[in-house]
Amino acid sequence: MYHFKNFILYFVFQSTFKDMNNNPEYIDDLRAIRSMMEKSSRFLSLSGLSGILMGVYALAGAWVAYRLIYLPPPSPYRQVMMNDVALTLAGIAGAVLMLSLATTLFLTIKRAQKLNQKVWGPGSKQLLINLLIPLATGGLFIAILSWRGVYEVIAPSFLIFYGISLVNAAKFTHPEIFYMGLIQIGLGLGATFLPGYGLLFWAAGFGLVHIFYGTVMYLRYEKKKGIPA
Amino acid sequence: MKNLLLQLNKAFDNKIRLGIMSVLAVNRTVSFNHLKEMLELTDGNLASHLKILEAAGYLRVHKSFSGRKPTTVYEITSEGNVAFSQHLKALEEIIKQQES
Repeated sequence: MYHFKNFILYFVFQSTFKDMNNNPEYIDDLRAIRSMMEKSSRFLSLSGLSGILMGVYALAGAWVAYRLIYLPPPSPYRQVMMNDVALTLAGIAGAVLMLSLATTLFLTIKRAQKLNQKVWGPGSKQLLINLLIPLATGGLFIAILSWRGVYEVIAPSFLIFYGISLVNAAKFTHPEIFYMGLIQIGLGLGATFLPGYGLLFWAAGFGLVHIFYGTVMYLRYEKKKGIPA
Repeated sequence: MKNLLLQLNKAFDNKIRLGIMSVLAVNRTVSFNHLKEMLELTDGNLASHLKILEAAGYLRVHKSFSGRKPTTVYEITSEGNVAFSQHLKALEEIIKQQES
């Protein structure tokens, strides 16, 4: 419980820091405390650029999927085709996912090396555990749903569980992740309301939101400090 | 001004101890090795500062075995947390006063 209190305290001083330019000794102390708190509990090498790229992959995937589903078919076998399409769609989603994971991993490792930080430390461990618990729950949930043949809520479930994972993991990395998670949850709920528009919500959530927050994080943490991703 | 300086905790007037408390304040438990890595210290140096903080009642030591390897884990006590918070508040106040 009391850790939480200190967390708040630490945010309070993050804001007071900006105006301190004199009083070297005590300011140094506060700076050292702040950086120690961050370094020991958060994984801050997460690359914003990888967020942008993830968004681009997702949009490209969504575009291909859109062409597959909504192209007015000249063929009379639309019903039959739909079943084949489902597999292709899953394939596209899987490819986007793998590409995103690989990119994030690669850029984050590169960035950690540039910042002279360890990739595998307490911060990244905490981040991964907190990310993976809701995410794996979602994955199993979705697998069970598709096994039982309940397909309508699969698309929204991805967004909702992904959002919850982000909200949960945000404590251990850049705070922007928290708001990104909230938006994903919102989009997931929206997609639940409008079952036919899953693809659009995916494009918005996995595409646009990633690009937006990736850009914000890139500008805030990577460009500003003169350390290119 | 004088008063505020008196509020600073003597136990934390050392950078290493301040660093140890910072790490402990935001993590539930912290292993000896993690502290050593974070603060870039030698075993002996870190151990002596940890002893001082333990003697002051600001941290608690848990020793256990993971397999055959002994691991030592540290946890901040509620006294330590209060003392650290007060120290931080005093630091902030001093800076504010100096600014105005």
